[in-house]
Amino acid sequence: MALTNETIKERLIAKFGEQLTKFEEPYGMLTFEAPKESNLKVLQFLFDDEELRFQFMTDLTAVHYPNQPGRELAVVYHLHNLRDNVRIRFKVFTASGQPDIFTATQLYSAANWMERETYDFFGINFVGHPNLKRILNVDEMDYFPLRKEYPLEDQTRIDKDDSMFGRGPLPAAAQQGPSESPMQPGQPGVPASGAPVE
Amino acid sequence: MSVEHHVKLPEGSIEKATTTLNLGPTHPATHGVFQNILELDGERIVSAEQTVGYIHRAFEKLAERRPLYQITTLTDRLNYCSSPINNMGWHLTCEKLLGVKTPKRVDYLRVIIMELSRISDHLICNSVVGVDSGAFTGFLYVMQYRELIYEIYEEICGSRLTTNMGRIGGFERNFNSAVWEKLEKFLAEYPKVLKEFENLFNRNRIFMERTIGAGPISAERALNYGFTGPNLRAAGVDYDVRVHTPYSSYEDFQFEIPVGSTGDCYDRFLVRNGEMWQSLAIIEQAYRKVQDMKGAEAEIYHADVPAYYLPPKADVYTKMEALIWHFKIVMGETEIPPGEVYQCVEGGNGEVGYYLISDGGRTPYRLHFRRPCFIYYQAYSELTKGAMLSDAIIVMSSLNLIAGEMDA
Repeated sequence: MALTNETIKERLIAKFGEQLTKFEEPYGMLTFEAPKESNLKVLQFLFDDEELRFQFMTDLTAVHYPNQPGRELAVVYHLHNLRDNVRIRFKVFTASGQPDIFTATQLYSAANWMERETYDFFGINFVGHPNLKRILNVDEMDYFPLRKEYPLEDQTRIDKDDSMFGRGPLPAAAQQGPSESPMQPGQPGVPASGAPVE
Repeated sequence: MSVEHHVKLPEGSIEKATTTLNLGPTHPATHGVFQNILELDGERIVSAEQTVGYIHRAFEKLAERRPLYQITTLTDRLNYCSSPINNMGWHLTCEKLLGVKTPKRVDYLRVIIMELSRISDHLICNSVVGVDSGAFTGFLYVMQYRELIYEIYEEICGSRLTTNMGRIGGFERNFNSAVWEKLEKFLAEYPKVLKEFENLFNRNRIFMERTIGAGPISAERALNYGFTGPNLRAAGVDYDVRVHTPYSSYEDFQFEIPVGSTGDCYDRFLVRNGEMWQSLAIIEQAYRKVQDMKGAEAEIYHADVPAYYLPPKADVYTKMEALIWHFKIVMGETEIPPGEVYQCVEGGNGEVGYYLISDGGRTPYRLHFRRPCFIYYQAYSELTKGAMLSDAIIVMSSLNLIAGEMDA
């Protein structure tokens, strides 16, 4: 019998009960959240369980959500059961003040560099990692560049800010300007058929 | 005054039995910018430590301030031996997020391009394995067919190495007649060349002595290390993204997955050669499918997604709607729906993954590339432990380490 998302979910809930939350299936991939203390237990269970057998680590990375106090950093695991060809994703949230997460290197050798990369860019402290040091950035770097507080653009520039990328309020000048709402085809005044303009 | 009978080392020097050798970052044998610090006992490797990141370009950070279509150029520079595969993978990721359904003809054209890229990728890797074992002829000989593949790219998108090929929903223009002529030439001539290439190496005594048993890995270790692609298949695991998670209509094609057994350099070489034959078969099938298309279907080269696919220039100058879409796309003013997507494709080196999180802004909130090279390079010290120095070189080239993909 093919392993379905339903079965995986049931088995996980039977084992961990209320601990696992936010079960979703975006684009068909089962996604859930686990408390940060039990990330290793969940990984171990997914690895060892006779039915689940998620023994291939596809990817490990992190995401920074600065607007969620206490759970700013998410570590995201993508696991793959190659026998039944099912993928799952699970997340562990942690505070950026104390970003300690247990390492998965004991289970997956692949996690070694992926955790180093995640540490390098997000500053997640993987507890128990054999060699947790920077990997892509220079050793002297004293910040974690993929966190959102390090903006890409030069901060002295005023012509490029978040509002240009669809986030945050519009700058004062633009708000005062004459109707800035972008025209959508099909609106009054815009020929919907795309007829040539004389 | 007493005579010193031995060399006196300066104060604070450490005497040790092993020699430290820096292989890289600019060593000609590394074929890319990365470093191996080898501890050698005579000619035997005691330990190896890899250093990567010399060409790190912060793609993941850059992507957070770029509209979707500008990220394609970043993906070119991952595995630059097969950039079109990365481009197509990125388009597929966007299409999955946006819910764009591509026409069959687009899928087949993409399959042709992706398989050509796979051939050019494996061709370089295998011929470089030849160079590193002392056989230069094969490398020079097959290079003219990589050139032909690059000419096909040129006809399609105008560039050769960093292709920026295709758009969300399809291709920027239809394939012209030169593409098909060159493809036919390739399909007619390349099998003979590949056969000759195999004749040069496959049963070549010197080549076999150099590669059999060099850098072997068991299936279990390879899986634990996150190997994918030819390197995993050489260890005997028949995992191929094209079969397991078909994308771009790969389910319409008949092909086999070549596998090895020992996971050593020789098996990796054979698996790559086998895959080139399979790629040729896929290209032929796709070419036939495209040629068999009739009527309007035979002219389609992109999906109908006005919000993401640039309108034809003639329309931009004459039609209001096209002008607006053109402006919105070029200025990056089309919003991306919120969502979380993982899309993977079978790249030259294995599973190339794109993990895209959108918060509804105009740029990705977070984009992460799963780079197969980066993940399997960590096994290098295990692969070379106890091997000879010359094996270290050949293991490196047979893993097909591409610095661009490793460092992102």
